[in-house]
Amino acid sequence: MMVRAIIRVEDLRKSYQELEIIKGISLTVREQEVVVIIGPSGTGKSTLLRCINLLTRPDSGRIWLKEQEITAPYTDEDKVRQRIGMVFQDFNLFNHLTALQNVTIGLNKVLRMDIREARQKGLWELERVDLADKAASYPAQLSGGQKQRVAIARALALNPDVMLFDEPTSALDPELIGEVLGVMQKLAREGMTMLVVTHEMGFAREVSDRIVFMENGVILEEGPSRQMFYAPKFPRTREFLGKISELYGENRPGEI
Amino acid sequence: MLDSLSLFLQRTTPELIQGTRITLQLTMIALGLGVLFGLPAALVRVYGGKYARRLVIGYIELFRGTPLLVQLFLIYYGLPDLGLTLSRLFAASITLGLNSGAYQAEYFRGAIQAVGSGQMLAARAVGMSRLQAIRYIILPQALLLALPAWSNEAVSMIKYTAVVFLIAVPDLMGQAKILAGRYFNPIEVYLTVALIYILLVFVATQILGAIERKMRTPGLVLEIERH
Repeated sequence: MMVRAIIRVEDLRKSYQELEIIKGISLTVREQEVVVIIGPSGTGKSTLLRCINLLTRPDSGRIWLKEQEITAPYTDEDKVRQRIGMVFQDFNLFNHLTALQNVTIGLNKVLRMDIREARQKGLWELERVDLADKAASYPAQLSGGQKQRVAIARALALNPDVMLFDEPTSALDPELIGEVLGVMQKLAREGMTMLVVTHEMGFAREVSDRIVFMENGVILEEGPSRQMFYAPKFPRTREFLGKISELYGENRPGEI
Repeated sequence: MLDSLSLFLQRTTPELIQGTRITLQLTMIALGLGVLFGLPAALVRVYGGKYARRLVIGYIELFRGTPLLVQLFLIYYGLPDLGLTLSRLFAASITLGLNSGAYQAEYFRGAIQAVGSGQMLAARAVGMSRLQAIRYIILPQALLLALPAWSNEAVSMIKYTAVVFLIAVPDLMGQAKILAGRYFNPIEVYLTVALIYILLVFVATQILGAIERKMRTPGLVLEIERH
């Protein structure tokens, strides 16, 4: 059975000044698939995510979101971004808004949803990340893990076709990583399509369907998670996976 | 002594009230114009194109780099040479407004930059346009952050307005000059006027402080030097 592609990237390239960050990347993320991107820092993983939701303009190459080519001229970028949820490494919650308002502002101002309806939806999304009791708290009153869960709820509220995670646990204290991974695992189980840049090997092994190993702006190897962990084709993949598991340990996603 | 004091107050009160009224009017107009000029200027400085930004920097440097008095004289005495004659009060208002706008532009710019680029990214990521992001995410935070600096500017403006007596605007200082000349009692008059300025500054500080406390949001504080 052919599962339809949600994200399709074709020969993507991006340079900053003289430096080529992404050197021709092709990648497909299918419906309900969880794809983890790993690789050394400075490899272009974050840039790739930012290109996919058009926060950064690629130099060349094409990207499709479902059937729509979003790199085509005259694409309404704001509309595209409504359909792609993005979670950042450093949360980027709106500091002047409460947790609930962080989730509802997109509904109010972007989707023009009715205030009460948006509130209902916002509370439900906070419930989903187990933070309904923090609805009235400001970001400064939340822990890092709570902030990231609010950020996930904010992205989910717009019912995106796919969620992009850019190292969602890298800025967290070790004891807070589990709660965020737990939410992500729950999302995966619910069938959310996800593209995740992370160093969390426990998450990659247990939750992801596919692992993509990027280095120096290209995809060196990709494959089903099991195969990548236990029988990678390239020695370099094995070496990196070994090193990263040693460095970061294996935080298992906790249940919430 | 007490008799002479009460006589003095009786004679001067109407003028001093009139002067205070003009001083307050000028202060408010200057601050209002200052926001009107300063906020767009700050936005252009941060988000604008190259040439628009240069233009704004030119305006800011011009008004921050020259004495207020020189600006006032150029606008009141200089512009008529170019065929533009302004009334005293209008010249005073526009000068103070332009001057305050230049300073406010810098306060607002600092605040906008303190909000950080991550907020813009996150706003765009939920599908907001640049303008929506500025309006709903950047500006509300920037205005909160700018409030303490803006309060300083507001309090200072009460005192800066005093220069307008030099183009014969009858503000508090202008009235003081007239009264001192009429009754030959400069010490009493200027002391009284000084007290009135202190009172105005005190009241303004209290009001702005109350607003700052009311608007305080957890996590949104910008440390500034108070003066």
